[in-house]
Parts: sequence; C-alpha cells; structure tokens
Amino acid sequence: MWTRIWALVVKEFLALLRDKKSRVVLIGPPLIQLLVFGYAATFDLNHIPYAVYNEDQGQAARELLAGFRGSANFQQVATLAANRQIAPIINDERALFVIHIGPHFDRDLLLHRSAPVQVIVDGRDSNTASVALNYVNSILLGFDRRWAAEHHWGVPPARMVVRAWFNPNLLSRWFIVPGIVALLMLVVTLLVTGLSVAREREQGTFDQLLVTPMTPAEILAGKALPGLITGALEGAFIAVMAVLWFKVPFVASVLPLAIGMLLFLLAAIGVGLMISSLAVTQQQGLLGAFLFLVPSIILSGFATPIGNMPVIVQELTYANPMRYFLVIVRGVFLEGDTLANLWPQYWPLALIAFLSMTAAAWLFRHRMA
Amino acid sequence: MSDPLRFLGVTKSFPRGHGRVEALRDLDFALSPGRITGLLGPDGAGKTTLMRLAAGLLWPDQGEVQVLGLDTRREASRIQAQIGYMPQRFGLYEDLTVQENLDLHAGLQGLSEVTRRERQQALLTLTALGPFGKRRAGALSGGMKQKLGLACALLRAPRVLLLDEPTVGVDPIARRELWRIIEQLKQEGATVLMSTAYFDEAERCDEIVLLHGGQVLGRDTPAAFRAPLEGRTYLVQEEALGRRKLQDRLQQRPQIQDARILAQGVRVLTADARPHPEGAEEWRAVGATFEDAFVARLGEATSARPVIAAPSPAAAAPPPIDSIIEVHELRRFFGDFEAVAGIGFEVKKGQVFGLLGANGAGKTTTFRMLCGLLPASSGTLRVAGVDMRHARAAARARIGYVSQRFSLYGNLSGAQNLAFFSSAYGLRGGKRRERLAWAIDEFQLGEYRDTNADDLPLGIKQRLALACALLHEPPILFLDEPTSGVDPLARREFWQRVNSLAQSGVTVLITTHFMDEAEYCDQLVLMSLGEVLAHGSPQDIRASARDEAHPDPSMDDAFIRLIEAHERQMRRAS
Repeated sequence: MWTRIWALVVKEFLALLRDKKSRVVLIGPPLIQLLVFGYAATFDLNHIPYAVYNEDQGQAARELLAGFRGSANFQQVATLAANRQIAPIINDERALFVIHIGPHFDRDLLLHRSAPVQVIVDGRDSNTASVALNYVNSILLGFDRRWAAEHHWGVPPARMVVRAWFNPNLLSRWFIVPGIVALLMLVVTLLVTGLSVAREREQGTFDQLLVTPMTPAEILAGKALPGLITGALEGAFIAVMAVLWFKVPFVASVLPLAIGMLLFLLAAIGVGLMISSLAVTQQQGLLGAFLFLVPSIILSGFATPIGNMPVIVQELTYANPMRYFLVIVRGVFLEGDTLANLWPQYWPLALIAFLSMTAAAWLFRHRMA
Repeated sequence: MSDPLRFLGVTKSFPRGHGRVEALRDLDFALSPGRITGLLGPDGAGKTTLMRLAAGLLWPDQGEVQVLGLDTRREASRIQAQIGYMPQRFGLYEDLTVQENLDLHAGLQGLSEVTRRERQQALLTLTALGPFGKRRAGALSGGMKQKLGLACALLRAPRVLLLDEPTVGVDPIARRELWRIIEQLKQEGATVLMSTAYFDEAERCDEIVLLHGGQVLGRDTPAAFRAPLEGRTYLVQEEALGRRKLQDRLQQRPQIQDARILAQGVRVLTADARPHPEGAEEWRAVGATFEDAFVARLGEATSARPVIAAPSPAAAAPPPIDSIIEVHELRRFFGDFEAVAGIGFEVKKGQVFGLLGANGAGKTTTFRMLCGLLPASSGTLRVAGVDMRHARAAARARIGYVSQRFSLYGNLSGAQNLAFFSSAYGLRGGKRRERLAWAIDEFQLGEYRDTNADDLPLGIKQRLALACALLHEPPILFLDEPTSGVDPLARREFWQRVNSLAQSGVTVLITTHFMDEAEYCDQLVLMSLGEVLAHGSPQDIRASARDEAHPDPSMDDAFIRLIEAHERQMRRAS
C-alpha cells in the first residue's frame, strides 16, 4: 500500500517539477507576493501631501507648521491664499488634507484662550484619512505640550503615555509578514491539491489510475501528501524569510508553529481535495479554488480585524481555517505563544481538518462510484 | 485558370526541445482542379502541417504556397474567403444549437441574409441535419458533429476544400454520409484535398499523394499505385490451422513482405511475383489493393518491421476458468436515458473479443462497466471470476486497460511513466526491475526512455500505453479504440502484438471503428442504441447480412445493413 502511495507522490512531484509552467506557478507567485506584501502592503503613511492655508503670520502659527514640515510623514505641496482654493486641491487629490489656521490664532493663544485649527481631510479613503488624522493629532498634541510648558500654562491634568506591546514601533510590516505565511500556504496548497485530479481527468489518466488496484483512500493519500509537503516547504521558506529578510522577531519556539502549520495544511488540503473531486476541468478547479480563497482571506483577519465585522459574519469566520492559523502565526512570531496558549486555536483547526478530509473522502468515493 | 493549390519548394520546421523538427522538406506539388485528392502517410509525415500551410494558417520557412494563384503570405484573407478548411477537431461551440452554430459561422464569414438562408437550407438537406436544428451541438454524436463541422466549413461554397482526417472516430454509417457530401461538392466543381487513415477511402479518391518524412513519396491514381503489385498478392488458407497461427508462420518467411488476416484467410504480399505454398497451404491469387501498395511503398522507405517476441509465459497461466467475462442482463441508466439496455454475452479465455457499434451505441458505457470504472445499474457482471459489482478492486489487479487517448502522464518521460504504473500495480523489487526491462525491450522503447510522453509520436504513445497496461501481466486486456488516429503501419504492428498476446492466453476485449480490424477478432458483438444486435464470429455476422443483392457482404456492409435496419425507425422518429 505504501509503495503505491509513494509512487503516486513521486509521480505528482515529477509532474509538478518537470513542467516548466507549473514550476513557475509554484515558485514565482509566492516570491512576488512575498515581496509585494512585505514591501508595498503597509498601513504606515509616508509623505502625506498636504496644503497650508495660513491667515496668521504670527510666531505660534509658524511653529506649529514647522512641526509638520519637520516630519517625514508629511510633505507640503501648496500654500493657499484664499478659502476658495481649498476645495479644488482636495478634489483633485493633490493634497490629502489642508491645515487652515485662522487670523486670530496667535492672539488667542497669547490670551490663554483656546485657538482652533481647522483640518480638512479627503475622506474618500476612510482608512488613510483616519491614519493621517492620527498623525496630525499627535503633532498638534506635541505642539500643545511644548507651548504650555514654554508659556507657563501649567501642566495638563492628565497625560497619556502610550507603549505598544509586541510591536513597540507599531510597524505594520510586523503585522503583515507573518500573515503572508498563512496566505501563501493556503494559495499553494489549494492550487496543488485542487487542480491535481482535474488535470488527470482532462488528460484521461484518472481512469487509468482507477483501473489500477489503488483504492480511493490510497489515491486520496497520494494526492494529499504532495500538497502537504509543498505547503510545508513554502510556509517554512516564508517564515525564514520573514525572520532573516524582513527582520520580524520570532519570539516563540518552532514546535507550536509546526503543529499549527500541519493542522492548517490538513484543513486546506481537505478543501482542495473536495474541489478536486468536484471539478471536471482544471478551469473549474481554479475557479473553485478562488471561490474559496477570496472570502477566506477577507474573513480571516489578515487585513481587516474580525472584531469590526458584523456579528453574523464574525460567526461565519469560525468556519475559516485561516482565521485560527493567523492567530497562531502572529502569536508565535510576536507574542511567544506556547502550545498551551494556542490550544483554543488548535482544536477548531483540527476539527475543520477532520471534517474537510472526511468530506473529501466521501465525495471522492461518491464521484467515482 | 491557375492551379487550386500549389506548393513550391516548401520547407517548414517546428521547435521541439532544444532542436527543430522538419515537418515538410522541400515539398513540391500541385493539386489537380475538380478532383478529390487523398493525402496519406504515417504519423508525423507532415499531413496536418501541409493542410495548415494550405489554409494560410502557417507560413512556410522557405518556398511558397499558392492557393488559387494567391500567395498565402500576402493574401491569406483573400484565400480564406474562397476555401473551406476543416481541422481535425472542428471548433464547434458545444453549448450552441446546430442552427446557432451555422448562423455564427455564416456571420463570421460575412454572408448576406439571403445567401445565408439559401445555403444553410441546402447544407442541412445535404447533411440530413435538418431535424436536429434545435439540438445542442455538444449533444450530437461524433459523426453528426463531423457533419455539422463540414457544413460550417462549406457555408461559402468553397472552390477549394481542405479536410484534415474528417472521418476519424466516425462510424461507417456517418462516414458514408460524409463521403456522399464530398462527392456532391466535387460535382459542383470544387477541388478537395483530404487526409485519411482509411484505405477504403483512399481507393475512392481520384488521386493519392503519399507523404512520408515531409516529402512526397508518390503521387498517382489508386489504380496506378496498385498496378506494380499485380500478381504479388495471394489469399492463403489452411483448413487445419487457425488464421492467427497461419499468419504467424507466413510472416517468418523472407519472401513474404506482409501478411494480414482477412475474413477468409490470410492475405499475403510477396516480394517476388510467385506463390510459395508450403505444406497444406492453399494459395489463390487475388487483386492488389491500395493497402498493399501503401505497405510496399512505406516498407521500402522505413526500416524492416519489428520482430514481435512472444509475451512472457506468466501471462499464459491464468486461473482455469473457461468463461473469463460473463455479462447478463446488464443495464445502465443515465437519468432517464437507458444507455445500455439489458445486454449479455460471454468471452472465453484467450479470445480476441470485439465490441462494435455506431457512435453512441453504448459500447463505451459497456466497456467502462467491464473495467469497473462505472457501476452497473442492474445485471450481473463477472470478470476473471470476480463479481465486478462487489469486488471491483480485486478484479482491477487482473485487468490491463488502454484508453482511447493513450492516457499517459504527458510531462513524465517514458521511463517515468513505466515506473509509476509498475508501482501503481504493486510491483516491487526484482520483479519490478524485470518487468520494466521487459517492457522497454519488448516494445522497443529504449530510445524514448527520456522523452516526455507528450512529445512522442502517436504510434509510440500507443506502444508505451500498451506496455504500461501489461506490466502486471494481466490475464485480461481492455483496449478502447486503441487504433483511432494511429497510422496504418502502426496499426498493423499493434495487431500483431494483440495476436501474439492472445496466443499466449491473454483475453483481449477491444472496441474499434475500423471494420477491417473487426476481422481480426474471434468473436464480435455488434451494438446499437444500447442493445446487442448481433453476436458471433466475423463470418457469422457477415453471413447474417447476406441476401440476394449482396452475396458476399464485407464487414462494412454488414455493419451498415444491420444497424440501419435497427436504427431506421429511431432516426426517423427523432
């Protein structure tokens, strides 16, 4: 039995590696995605274009604006001279926001009155707008504190000291790169297992396989193992790249990650084999894989927090294996989670893996009969 | 008037692997106007390349191709407006109906509303597809699809018609209908160039171009091809000896160039024009056919034919059961449709058993049930003493299966394919090594060990597929249209192997479209619309079609008569 399974595994790898196209598919996209996500996908904003409409030529206004000019996050693109210039510069997306300082800013401050600063933000991309506003706020806060200290207003009654745990500088790369481990493992495993039976159906070799003494279980195992091996290699490679290349800390030990990977891969393979047993052509297999991939990435918390989703959708995410695995990867990379910590993630993942594999086996038998 | 088609010193090569393969080499020939020219040659002779060059779909590397006096490089679109081209697999849109396919192609060819209606009406009458206008093209039988493809290619009433193997995989009835259409076109003045793998079709052509290795090996009328062989062909009979044994013996003699099994005995082509009777053999001179000429010509051009070794003795000792396959009241439904309607037959050990039928007769369904690929809806099905309805896995270890498309792993090399299947059949250790060596040696696959299966010529693929199916020495071999699309020489070689397998005790179950191949079988079942129409030896089946008008019907005639009689009502009803 093992000889036959092993023969099938060897054959699958030969078929994958001898074909230039599938070789490229296995190696190219993961590398590209790793680079794209590692470098390009970030929630941090740099060089935010802004414009200034300053009606006050006083010392305080200049000091405040200097705070913006001195920050690498901002880049001033225009100085406006009239109210009516504000709308066009935002509409044309030349500036993300406009700082408007009224004519009485200096005077109000010197009189110990509150002096409003107007910030007009382009809210079309709400996420960017709120991140930019955060930055603006922190500069305004800094200005307030300095002004208060220098002009003897007294210390503000409460002061917030922020310290971010696990990611002290709040680098979004630390958050995203471990997620890529999960993302790419899912993509590669689904493609390898989801298309393999369909490819054989197209070539007519599946019948040939069925007339050999191989049982459906053996065929299933022979089809699952290559997905497991490729997915594990790919996942390990990206994890190593995350640590060595992107300098993401790896706080926990390898074992909790390895167990998580195994369970996650089994769940993904089960789904891939289900797709495989249903798809007649590779095209159908590919469509099926993407039908599963897109929602499972969106509903995983890879980019947007699950806590922000409507309650019904949140409940839906419990069926998504990637949801649990993301917690595991981020946990072992950044938090140093142990096996005991991760148990609440392991068991649902194992359950999903068991269910999807069983379903795949049933479909396999059912479709062949 | 200029020649309809002219090749001037045409060379065309394609990249393959690291080098290039020359498909056509310095080819010169011109088509005679108003005639049907047949294009014949072994696989890889360059037939399809020639067709595609003529249709202006490829440009020659060197030389010039002229169609109706126009150069294909410069005026391809003007040429394509005046010719009809039907590739091997015509691009029908399977989700559209017959009528929608015709409308689409009329639109693509820019026919006006009036001519379109007229032409479509004429073609629907010609092809007898009229009643099927609303049927989805994907639901048509193979033969009807070919007819529809031809109708689409003919919408513009072409002056030159290029047909690339239009009758491959088409049953004799549909084949005859296609020929009727082609001859009708000839009468209307069109020039036809068609490639074919059937010799009886070659005989019907006005002229034959024999292509080999990218060059014209001969070009003449069928009669002129046959002429030099007069007096060299004989029919040999010997009462006491079976045809297969007789053929085997005849082939050993150096004076005999070719020996093939016919209904009445063994047909022999001698190297010199003299009979060589030995023992109790009876030699009778018969007229030469184009097939003899083809074999003689190509036999000179290619190396000597391979010697087929006797298969391994292990296969000769299957368990002692007399009937190795038993089928009773076998039925299979697909939804409401009864694809196999309660058939029954028995196959004895060591027989070559043929399953014949028109497209859609249910033979593939029957076949798949016998191999355990499809469960039966009802009935009994015993293969090698095992009930296929309950113990399919056990039976599978004892059968070998070669599918229609020679299913091999395309990007695995020959040796890797063999290695995989040997393990899949559970061979290991010394036994495995021994069988792999046997396969490479027996099927002369040595030089193809490292070539990807996709890049192998069809004939070699077939050999490799057969080798894979025989690795575990199965007592039963299932062959599903194993010779479809394979050239005539490879087909003969294949049958020689099948014969020697049968002699060593292997039972062979085979489906085929080639009626001449039906003669090689010991027993036949003729199926139509899911039922067994006739059952018996080839002689019995031919005899059942005998009447006063047809005292000695050929297998083709018998097939057509039996099936037509049975299907007439059905065809009329639908």
